Amino acid sequence: MQEALFVLLNGLVYGLLLFMLSSGLTLIVGMMGVLNFAHASFYMLGAYFAYTISVGLGFWPALIAAPLLVGVLGVAVERYGLRAVHRHGKLAELLFTVGLAFIIGEIVPLIWGRSAVPYRVPALLDFPAFTLGGIQYQAYRLFMMAVSVAIFAGLYAALARTRLGLVIRAALTHPDMVAMLGHDVPRVFTLVFGAGCALAGLAGVIGGNAFTTTPGMAEALGAIVFAVVIMGGLGSIPGALIASLAIGLIQTVSITLDMPLGAMLGHIGLPLDPHGALGQITIAHAAPAVPYLMLVLVLALHPRGLMGARAD
Amino acid sequence: MLTVRDLDAWYGKSQVLRGVALTIGEGEIVALLGRNGAGRSTTLKAIMGGVQRTGSIRLNGQEISHLAPHAIARAGLGYVPEDRAIFPDLTVAENLILGEKRGVAARGAPFALADAYALFPRLGERASAPAGALSGGEQQMLTICRTLMGNPRLIMVDEPTEGLAPMMVERVRDLLAEVARRGVTILLVEQKLAIALELAERLYVMGHGSIVFEGTAAEFSANAKIRHEWLEV
Repeated sequence: MQEALFVLLNGLVYGLLLFMLSSGLTLIVGMMGVLNFAHASFYMLGAYFAYTISVGLGFWPALIAAPLLVGVLGVAVERYGLRAVHRHGKLAELLFTVGLAFIIGEIVPLIWGRSAVPYRVPALLDFPAFTLGGIQYQAYRLFMMAVSVAIFAGLYAALARTRLGLVIRAALTHPDMVAMLGHDVPRVFTLVFGAGCALAGLAGVIGGNAFTTTPGMAEALGAIVFAVVIMGGLGSIPGALIASLAIGLIQTVSITLDMPLGAMLGHIGLPLDPHGALGQITIAHAAPAVPYLMLVLVLALHPRGLMGARAD
Repeated sequence: MLTVRDLDAWYGKSQVLRGVALTIGEGEIVALLGRNGAGRSTTLKAIMGGVQRTGSIRLNGQEISHLAPHAIARAGLGYVPEDRAIFPDLTVAENLILGEKRGVAARGAPFALADAYALFPRLGERASAPAGALSGGEQQMLTICRTLMGNPRLIMVDEPTEGLAPMMVERVRDLLAEVARRGVTILLVEQKLAIALELAERLYVMGHGSIVFEGTAAEFSANAKIRHEWLEV
């Protein structure tokens, strides 16, 4: 029972981290139509920046400075890279972001090495917050949850209550019309791209030390983040939250289900040879495929995603 | 007030406007007529910077053709597109608020939410409903009022009565007359000849991407050849 609770809590932490990554991407894809393949690379940069800053100044300055740095980098990429590529069409934009992801993926090991860096949870939060049935739960994970929930609340309020939020929501469906009403849509694009990158960076700052900070961390999450964004519906922050939590929880739970398929189906009276190749597969083996199975299922039933504003 | 010269425009590689020239004076109501595909809607879009184009566009003597669409809007042009382009998931009030141009001074009394609700009370009643839930006619009133919220000095309205019931057509006509009374210059693309002739003082007729007739409403009415050649189907 306690074990199940811990699995759920870990799934929640993982899901909330996915949300922080996908919240920026869903606005970028929804509003600008840019399939930003480099988004998870900004997540990785956040973790590495935070590691370097925390070595010199400690974790707390890194928590603020690393996302800001990543955000500034994002603004520069949009303003001087994407905007120039934009008039050559969607394919050029896509190739630009794919190239950017490769470049960041090569530069990071050049600077920080190919193996994981010792980026650690701050000592202040490295204690068990509570113990259940002999298993300890680290306080830092509760801190991660708190930061993620605060980001969701802040983003939601900013989009719902501010004038800039209104412009962003309108530009999700009709960017050209919003510009013709007198709003500087290209500048809003730059701002959203920068803020999205900063959020990805923040996810890297708080996730890099809870998990591991390696040059492979961007690749590991890149595709899943797209699954979240498409499943939640392009441009929808609540949709991204629901999809992140669903994928986070189901993936974490499925990793722990190590009963072979043959035995499991046998329990519910479906005969499958428990010693055959298919019968020996466990749900845990199939866990990496679970987010994409869910994506296909959601799209089959509801092509706009869970809460998407636009269908294309 | 608005002077357009040598306006060429393209959709991809195909040229759709060829040397369009227009002049609209302060406070005038000018109609732009022509068959479907003659280039009327593209002319409005091209003036707003929404399609690839070359040529000169001067607003009150100031060249605006090099500006981005948002800067053209802030220079004093308002645009109501044919497809209305309301923001369907936002409320009626939010749609109207998005029409405001913050930081641009209005001449005289600015057009406010209260004006929109006074002109068309239905918008006030549905203020917090999603705009996508309005009827076609209500959406048309909303999109015109949304553009008016930015206090344009010249408003370009594309086919405002298309597909509307006769009663709504009258309301749109009355709204445009009221806009003109407030001193806003109007460039109107309109398929219904009766409405165009009733509102407009001067008319342009387009064919094959160029202007083929320019004159007063009376001159146009007297010229059966132009009507037959460029308008009647």
